[in-house]
Amino acid sequence: MLYKNPYNNYFDYVVQRDLDRCIRCKACVTQCSYGANFYDPDREMIYSLDANCVGCMRCSTFCPTDCIRIVRNPDAFRPNANWKDNNIKDLYKQAGTGGIIITGMGNDKPFTNYWEHMVIDACQVTNPSIDPLREPMELKTFLGRKPERLEIGRDGDITTKLAPQLVLETPIMFSAMSYGSINYNVCESVARAARELGTYWNTGEGGLPKALYEYGRQTIVQCASGRFGVSPEYLGAGAAIEIKIGQGAKPGIGGHLPGEKVLEGISETRMIPVGTDAISPAPHHDIYSIEDLKQLIYALKEATRYEKPVSVKIAAVHNVAAIASGIARAGADIIAVDGFRGGTGAAPKAIRDNVGIPIEVAIAAVDERLRQEGIRNEVSLVAAGGFRNSSDIVKAIALGADAVYIATSALMALGCTLCQQCHRGRCAWGITTNDPELARRVNPEIGTERLVGLIRAWSNEIKEMLGLMGINSIESLKGNRDRLRGVGLSEGELQTLGIRQAGT
Amino acid sequence: MGIRSSTPYGKDFGGCGLVGIIDRAGRPVEGAMIVSSLCSMKERGNGLGSGYAVYGAYPEFKESFGMHVMYNDAGARETVEGLLKSKLALLHAEPVPVKKVHAIVDPPEFWRYFVDPPAPVAEQGEDVVDDLIVTIVMEINERIENAYVVSSGKNLPVFKGVGHPDAIAEFFRMQDYSGYLLLGHTRFPTNTPGWWGGAHPFTILDWSIVHNGEISSYGTNKRYVEMFGYKCTLLTDTEVVAYLLDLLIRKKGLSLSAAAAVLAPPFWKDILLMGPQKKDYYTALRVSYANAMLNGPFAILMGFDNGILGLNDRIKLRPLVVGRKGDIVAIASEESAIREVIPGPDDVWAPKAGEPIIVTLKEGTQR
Repeated sequence: MLYKNPYNNYFDYVVQRDLDRCIRCKACVTQCSYGANFYDPDREMIYSLDANCVGCMRCSTFCPTDCIRIVRNPDAFRPNANWKDNNIKDLYKQAGTGGIIITGMGNDKPFTNYWEHMVIDACQVTNPSIDPLREPMELKTFLGRKPERLEIGRDGDITTKLAPQLVLETPIMFSAMSYGSINYNVCESVARAARELGTYWNTGEGGLPKALYEYGRQTIVQCASGRFGVSPEYLGAGAAIEIKIGQGAKPGIGGHLPGEKVLEGISETRMIPVGTDAISPAPHHDIYSIEDLKQLIYALKEATRYEKPVSVKIAAVHNVAAIASGIARAGADIIAVDGFRGGTGAAPKAIRDNVGIPIEVAIAAVDERLRQEGIRNEVSLVAAGGFRNSSDIVKAIALGADAVYIATSALMALGCTLCQQCHRGRCAWGITTNDPELARRVNPEIGTERLVGLIRAWSNEIKEMLGLMGINSIESLKGNRDRLRGVGLSEGELQTLGIRQAGT
Repeated sequence: MGIRSSTPYGKDFGGCGLVGIIDRAGRPVEGAMIVSSLCSMKERGNGLGSGYAVYGAYPEFKESFGMHVMYNDAGARETVEGLLKSKLALLHAEPVPVKKVHAIVDPPEFWRYFVDPPAPVAEQGEDVVDDLIVTIVMEINERIENAYVVSSGKNLPVFKGVGHPDAIAEFFRMQDYSGYLLLGHTRFPTNTPGWWGGAHPFTILDWSIVHNGEISSYGTNKRYVEMFGYKCTLLTDTEVVAYLLDLLIRKKGLSLSAAAAVLAPPFWKDILLMGPQKKDYYTALRVSYANAMLNGPFAILMGFDNGILGLNDRIKLRPLVVGRKGDIVAIASEESAIREVIPGPDDVWAPKAGEPIIVTLKEGTQR
């Protein structure tokens, strides 16, 4: 029998070090939180244990002499179109451990990316494009239930009172990431950025640390199946409440926060003992039907005196349109749909990579269904799941979303390199770790600045794109599929997305 | 009404000239007047579409709905007439009188029908009657091939087709008509060949629209009105404006000025500076009817049974000028078109971007 697992030799990365340049400063050793670099005092040399390297680029980034290169391990398995490297490695791993493979971040498999098959229209001659540097360009977005009609009083005044709305200065919000899956410094960076930008951040299912209550007006507080951190004060602190039914990275299962990450502050906020795994149930055990969801929506509205919009977040699954319609009819003010490229702090790899549908088609299907039923205006649609840039967002809104949630890209603004080790709690970039030494690597002041920078840049690009479409307000882009065309898509795909072939 | 349009896409763009003339005292304005006004702007069009709406042209049938239907194929007429007879009381049917004109090649056939709602529907009130008429118009436009409803209001015929404004006027014998409010339009379509159904004005019930510009928000607006059963079938973006107005004013109960504030709302930066009452008012309108906002360059004139509304886009990317002389008010793309019909006006001005110009008949005026 094998005494050694073949996986051990076929690790993903090799750390190459140019010894002429290396000054033995040990920066790479201290920066690596996975033990891939070590210093041998006897030989006064730095070596690497390549098997430990996760390819996060922390050491190569911080090497003062730029002597490190992280390269893909050239020592690969015999090429096999069916048995790809990851299939083989996962299989060995599981044979050795008998465990479910857990991973972090979003689905990385090469499914069709529909954003890359859609192009945007522009004005030429017949309608002038608008220059956002010279003319007003409006991104202000309202999320919440809109009245079917406004009643006008005798003196011409509007007597209908608007339902509570979230008011966004740009149609981009920070998606749910729980305190615990990310550390306090990251939460604070996101919360401060939301305030500075005039948008919202979402607590995820980990509760709201007391020190962040001051950002309550910019906060969407989540109520998930584990009810971690849910209390009357918590519900009262937020600007809106979100019931989390599902998450794009792991539809149909609950949240996972490994016990290693449950330290003092997290334990207090989540109201669970230190070191225990925080595994939220797959379903809400008080929601086994749409009627039950309705009860929870109204219970939360009652608890907050109908002053806050209630959102329901679901993963994009095959029947997403019908589910969304039910949610709208159950009284939700906002529906958040999370596509299968959405990130996670921890999810079984088999589920992350194979369950759910792309957010592009989910937006198209939900928007169309709600329109067919004449209830599209009763509810706002927020799309989530792998937005990488401003054009993805423009296309999402043109397909029918009111706004988007971003999380992976927000973490990337803070340094994340998508190494997919979030579940291990050892994030070398100090993001998905609660180790105080590592967490210090995110400075909330600088973090805020970088997040604000990213969203400002994207907002400016969105304005430019609206301008070239001859539109000076984001509401005229919503559901405006006429301004999109498909390239390289089948008839069925075009039809599902509700767009036409380019050139027609 | 169904919930899906059979033609989910299609629109065209254009430059255009437009004019509206109203006598606030309700006196008839000669059809020839608007023709000469419009012809002064002939170069704004390219001969691929012109048309007129004449409010008050059918005094003998003024309480009945006058349906003008265009047939590209004679066979469609039987189907349409069958439908009208089955759903409505048909009082009178005749071909629209036309004159053979050299410049007009191969015109479709036009018929006009005067119809009343059946008594059981009429008893249910005006709104139900109007809904029935809208449903029938949508059904003809969408389901009956080669038949298109050109106008469907009371006392409001529309004459339009492919040709320069003078040729279309001659073809439809505009000199035989007069009315208290007239709209005219000459078209310069750039993307699609002109077709008779694509000429302006577009009407639904008593609303009629002429439009210069492009609705860049067309996809948003179209999908919005479709939620309420309207079907955009005429391959042009202007059509959606007519349906939006019908929706906002007739179905949602907004005043004209409120509807104008929905179509071309103030910018948020300006709303922010308003007093609390006005701020709430405009915020509520923008938030509630965001999908009805028109974006892109436009000047539109909208006729209704009691007057006319002129409106520009929010940054005035198309011209619109107003002139007044006594009770007569003219709104047009160019000042020259105004001076053509009211020489020596008391007042001429260009309204600001997004500022609605609403001119109604004087109180107590008989139409």
